[in-house]
Amino acid sequence: MNDASPPLQSSVVMNRKGSVAAVSVLDLHKSYGSNQVLKGVSLVAQDHDVISIIGSSGSGKSTLLRCINLLEMPDQGEIRIKDELIAIKRTVNFAKPAKAKQIERLRTRLGMVFQNFNLWSHMTVLQNVIEAPIHVKKIPNSEAIEKAEALLHKVGIYDKRHEYPAFLSGGEKQRAAIARALAMEPQVMLFDEPTSSLDPERVGEVLKVIRTLAEEGRTMIMVTHEMHFAREVSSEIIYIHQGKIAEQGKPEQVLGDPQTEQCRNFLARHLRPRDTLKLEP
Amino acid sequence: MVSVANDIAPLVPHLDHLMVGVTITLKAVFVITALGLVLGVMGAAARLSRFPVLQTSARIYAHIFRGLPEIVIVLASYFGASALITTLFPNSTFQLAPFWAGCIALALTFGAYATEILRAAYLAIPAGEVEAGKAFGMNRQTCFFRIIMPQSLRYALAGLSNLFLVFLKDTSLLSVIGVAELMRQTKIAINYTSLPFTFYLLAALCYLVLTGVTMLLLRTLEKHFTRGMDVSRGQHG
Ligand SMILES: Nc1ncnc2c1ncn2[C@@H]1O[C@H](COP(=O)(O)OP(=O)(O)O)[C@@H](O)[C@H]1O
Ligand SMILES: [Mg+2]
Repeated sequence: MNDASPPLQSSVVMNRKGSVAAVSVLDLHKSYGSNQVLKGVSLVAQDHDVISIIGSSGSGKSTLLRCINLLEMPDQGEIRIKDELIAIKRTVNFAKPAKAKQIERLRTRLGMVFQNFNLWSHMTVLQNVIEAPIHVKKIPNSEAIEKAEALLHKVGIYDKRHEYPAFLSGGEKQRAAIARALAMEPQVMLFDEPTSSLDPERVGEVLKVIRTLAEEGRTMIMVTHEMHFAREVSSEIIYIHQGKIAEQGKPEQVLGDPQTEQCRNFLARHLRPRDTLKLEP
Repeated sequence: MVSVANDIAPLVPHLDHLMVGVTITLKAVFVITALGLVLGVMGAAARLSRFPVLQTSARIYAHIFRGLPEIVIVLASYFGASALITTLFPNSTFQLAPFWAGCIALALTFGAYATEILRAAYLAIPAGEVEAGKAFGMNRQTCFFRIIMPQSLRYALAGLSNLFLVFLKDTSLLSVIGVAELMRQTKIAINYTSLPFTFYLLAALCYLVLTGVTMLLLRTLEKHFTRGMDVSRGQHG
């Protein structure tokens, strides 16, 4: 990953073949009051990268992910989607998107999946999936429905398409949420602990869907506590500690041979026995 | 049989008056609800705005109109409005009809309650659902019309339905300023016929039918708007 690490001046990040990174984040800082949550985080996702972000609770993983689509406003730093720099207007007291239209357009290219699903509870599963394509991308209804049904087949909840979210299991909700994100045909998928609020027996069905997406070569940035899964699907793992990237590299590097004390401790707490076993061939 | 028919015959013209009263009562409650909802939306928007002046004004408005007996507001509005008009425009012949003075008075009260109901409904919307709207590129209007409005409606509907029923009955207060609604018509009929028991009973029946039908309609409406709301599990999405 060294050759792709972001240069410290502001510029478009390229990879070896000279194509522009799907997402590049440069020197992100974010505080809530006096609580410094991100202290200079940089990250580059090339096309087809699957980047897993790990770290203890409260280390700033969600904040980082939410800064990428500006659900949180960073205090400092740059975010680029492909070669487009997100314009942020900063004053002494606050920061906001400089151009609402720009961020709305860029968000359609970033498919977000939340820990708590955040499905629209007044709409059925199918309505959830066609909502943004119709009302944001202005796709004709029939086309949106056709595509939504295919996606619901793909994530395995086609027969639940007319149910309201409140009547689905956690795993079904999250699969509906993934279908909703995919329906926008995003260039990058952002997952914030997609399986953390699921019953253990429901985790597998969601991971299976995410694995399929990884195998399709989708660009994904994923916050997760599923170490075993992260090692299998990720092209890169980032370990965040207290708002800074403490380790970064190939899964076998970060999970198998962590360099920092904090990462070793974190892994000791989070690697389940079967994960550890697989690490030593 | 003949004697019963003979007893009822003289009542018939008065029954027609009662029906006129019913239509005026209905007209009044619809005007009150429409105006009251507008005031409620404005009040709630002000309460939720980031401007302290608006917040405080809305809070004072809601407090005053929920704190005063409605009859006081109705009388004050009717006599106050005429006094105000004569003071401001001594030569004016314009008079605020009792119907409108009364409806505006009750709408102000309706709006005060609706302000609180709508504000609570807005605050009950799961923040994550609005955030999801943003995350998929919705602009403010789309977020409002597609997520915030339908969601607040489902949380507010029970409260607003209740308010509608209360104000359907409160239209009877308009009789004190001479609006010819159901209660006033009843009193007139009693003056003519000296049959207070019969006519109060008929009026009561009319009110019961009105509230009964309303409840049925509101029930249907509520069912429609709260689809997918799993109250028993208390989860929303
Ligand atoms: N909206 C917010 N307001 C104030 N503090 C917040 C907010 N969101 C997150 N934080 C704080 O920022 C820190 C990092 O949070 P988060 O990014 O959610 O961590 P993680 O996802 O790694 O568990 C925590 O200390 C949390 O309390
Ligand atoms: Mg988190």
